[in-house]
Amino acid sequence: MNYDVVVIGGGPGGLAAALRAHELGLKVLLLDENEFLGGILPQCIHPGFGTVIFKKDYTGPEFASIFIHKIIEHKIPYKLNAHVLEIRNYSDMEKIVVYTSPEGVREVWTRTVIYAAGARERHQFEIGITGDRVSGVLTAGEAQTYMDLYGMLPGKNVLIVGSGDVGLIMARRFALEGATVKMVVEMMPYPGGLARNIMQCLNDFDIPLYLSHKVLEVRGRGRVERAKIVKIDENFKEIPGSEFWVDCDTVLISAGLVPKVKPLRNIGVRIDPRTGGPVVNEYFETSVPGVFAVGNSLVINDLVDHVVEQGELAAEGAAKFVKEGISSRRWIKISAGEGVRFVVPHYISGERDVFLNLRVQKPMDNVYVHLPEIGRKIKKLAVKPSEMLRIRLRQAQIKDVDEITVEVRK
Amino acid sequence: MVKVAVIGAGVTGMSIVRELTRYQNIEVHVIEKQSDVGWGVSKANTALIHGGYDDDPERFPVRAKLCIRGNRLWHRWVKELQIPHIWNGALIVAKKDEDFKELEILLERGRKNGVPEMRIIEREELFAMEPHVVKDALGALWVPVVGQIGPIPAVIAIAENAVANGAKLHLDSEVLDIEHTEKDWIIKTPQESIRADYVINAAGLYADKIARMAGFENFSITPRKGEYWLFDDDVAPKPAHVLFPTPTKISKGVVVTTEISGHLMIGPNAQNLPAEEKENLANTREGLDEVWHKAQEIWPAMPPRSKVIRTFAGLRPEPPEGDFIIRHEDAGFINAAGIRSPGLTSAPAIAEEVANIIAGLGVELKIKNDWNPMRQEISHFFMMTPQMVNDMVAKSPAYGKIVCRCNKVSEGDVLEAIERMKFIGVKTPCVDSVKFRTKATTGTCQGSFCRPRIVKLLAEAYNLQPWQITLKGPGSEMGVGDIKVLLRGDAQ
Repeated sequence: MNYDVVVIGGGPGGLAAALRAHELGLKVLLLDENEFLGGILPQCIHPGFGTVIFKKDYTGPEFASIFIHKIIEHKIPYKLNAHVLEIRNYSDMEKIVVYTSPEGVREVWTRTVIYAAGARERHQFEIGITGDRVSGVLTAGEAQTYMDLYGMLPGKNVLIVGSGDVGLIMARRFALEGATVKMVVEMMPYPGGLARNIMQCLNDFDIPLYLSHKVLEVRGRGRVERAKIVKIDENFKEIPGSEFWVDCDTVLISAGLVPKVKPLRNIGVRIDPRTGGPVVNEYFETSVPGVFAVGNSLVINDLVDHVVEQGELAAEGAAKFVKEGISSRRWIKISAGEGVRFVVPHYISGERDVFLNLRVQKPMDNVYVHLPEIGRKIKKLAVKPSEMLRIRLRQAQIKDVDEITVEVRK
Repeated sequence: MVKVAVIGAGVTGMSIVRELTRYQNIEVHVIEKQSDVGWGVSKANTALIHGGYDDDPERFPVRAKLCIRGNRLWHRWVKELQIPHIWNGALIVAKKDEDFKELEILLERGRKNGVPEMRIIEREELFAMEPHVVKDALGALWVPVVGQIGPIPAVIAIAENAVANGAKLHLDSEVLDIEHTEKDWIIKTPQESIRADYVINAAGLYADKIARMAGFENFSITPRKGEYWLFDDDVAPKPAHVLFPTPTKISKGVVVTTEISGHLMIGPNAQNLPAEEKENLANTREGLDEVWHKAQEIWPAMPPRSKVIRTFAGLRPEPPEGDFIIRHEDAGFINAAGIRSPGLTSAPAIAEEVANIIAGLGVELKIKNDWNPMRQEISHFFMMTPQMVNDMVAKSPAYGKIVCRCNKVSEGDVLEAIERMKFIGVKTPCVDSVKFRTKATTGTCQGSFCRPRIVKLLAEAYNLQPWQITLKGPGSEMGVGDIKVLLRGDAQ
């Protein structure tokens, strides 16, 4: 079969991309490896989805169902339980996607690929936790699967490692089911999640947040029994004598997400070490022509609304690729400067308005986002790494430059 | 019928069992306290089929004899039992001129022990074989007979073959006591009393305790911990051979190798623990740091630490004199104890040795005509061509559905693993049982996507609720109850 676009991943990014591509008249196939569409949303039963694009506060399943219904309504072909084994970069014009599903292994030809396969969670070994390898140590997402898809409670005395949004949401989730959440332990001197989640998930449930602390070791026979915690100084050095043990039967790891890019790496897609995702232009096209990336496989987002936007923009890029081709040009390079951890996209044309998505290196008050090459300066009252900054660059402001550096400083 | 009870379903015990199933007049029972086979000493080690050059025949005659014999037997066993393996050889790297003296000693010892094809190679040849070895390496001892296997898959394969040939496995059966009557032995477990004419003690770390229960108080086993790092399969560079440093008096040193699944693995160190710490499998920062630094001494091109996918630790059961204790004590009680390194390598040879001991006690061993040496490996999606997958899918669509994304394990693979667990008598459904049979949960993400799916499949197959499924046996349950259990107030 031949398609204009094969969308890999049926989460918010992939759903939005498939819908938009269909609207633009492209022949679409959507592949998802789960038993249902929606990606990780069906297990995110908390609210907070859709505040930007719908001006409503939906739960994850509600948000996903809006898109899923449209996919069904428009009869966009999709395959479930379909795991992509390989993307082959046949030529600049055509790709082959090899996937397996309960129907067997299939190869499809397509003009473009929109890769929206999401991210994975960091596990206990990556973050250097030593001790026993026992039941009860699990990632926040795994716990969410047990609780909200399988109706199982993983434990009753919970220690949470990392104050990212998933960890905070899960702290509240456990508390709501009657479990004791002992504490949330965060290495950084500031929380990793959104301010609203600190309020609604920790403060409202009297769950203590230990900043500048880290979990060293987990011990137990069969099941977790206790964990050892230490205080760290501003240089992340452990403070001797500050160690203490916490009794718990569950250690939940919420230590960040890593974009899943192996199939992209295998076809030579350039990866940005700062984001862990591919280097892209304003259509979210990677360094391999016709291969686009969106959502958490591009960059770890904090709002689903932005993921939807990325999906739609990539679909527009795919339509341009199929109908007229993405023209050769000298792209304007976007670079992360002082105070900036990363900026996406990495290249823009300068021919239309674009949003730059960036994260700062540390929380700061009363700062400016500087774009020195085009002489712009935008005031921000407070910035923090947990909240993605979005800067609208209007075409009229983009002057004849080769590069735009993004700095966040006083 | 002569009834033999083997205590311990590790590689030693199961190899003995397999050997004994060859005889028509022997009925073999295996008694194991864990919920599955191979979960003690056999589980966490360097997974090497050693060459047999480092066991001094004067000081450790049993090890010296059985290691190379075991190595030779494994070449047959891996094929009969379809055990994942690779015969890639080892290099013992010399960095100083004095090291060559030590290599000469090893070479001579290997020659005495009957190890073929060893030779000392010079710098140029070493770098042709391993371009990324430490720059100041001067040469190496090349031991082509060394190989690597999956130790738990090996025990599983042996167990499946032994059960197919009539052995009976009693899992979740900790030996509580052993009684000797006038004519036989009675082994008590929580579930039953098992009568046997002969008892074989292959209880690993607890072989001393089992021997004491039977009235033989002549040795003690002490645990010696070794820690390991395992890295993601996409790190580079990785060695093509098993790399050792030149050994010291105390240790063979930290090995750098690419294990059979393609992961860079480093370890072990050696830490003697008190006799009572036989369950201390905890990784320590000190131990892991030591392994890291020692590995760097021969392999400076180490990946960033963030590329680790797992750290683990194993315990070696150290006998008092250092040599294996393989002997008939009295009245039909046979020890196969203190099976430390090179125990995995020696296991098939230990099995022959024990069969000889039984024969020597006056039991005439009559060959079974229908004994089947062959066993088929479980299906692995990751080893199939698309055509093979499609053929399997025609039988069951589950073979096309991926459960573990990192390692490409299908639902069909998992269901087959569960069937085989039931076949050998696994009563407690464990995620680890599926893991060791399929490699699910052992990839980049370490199971956060697929573990819940495996829990669900196990719950369906064993007709249980997800929270009753365990990670590695009773006491390691995945949950405390249904989601409302605490709010209802009826949690345990």
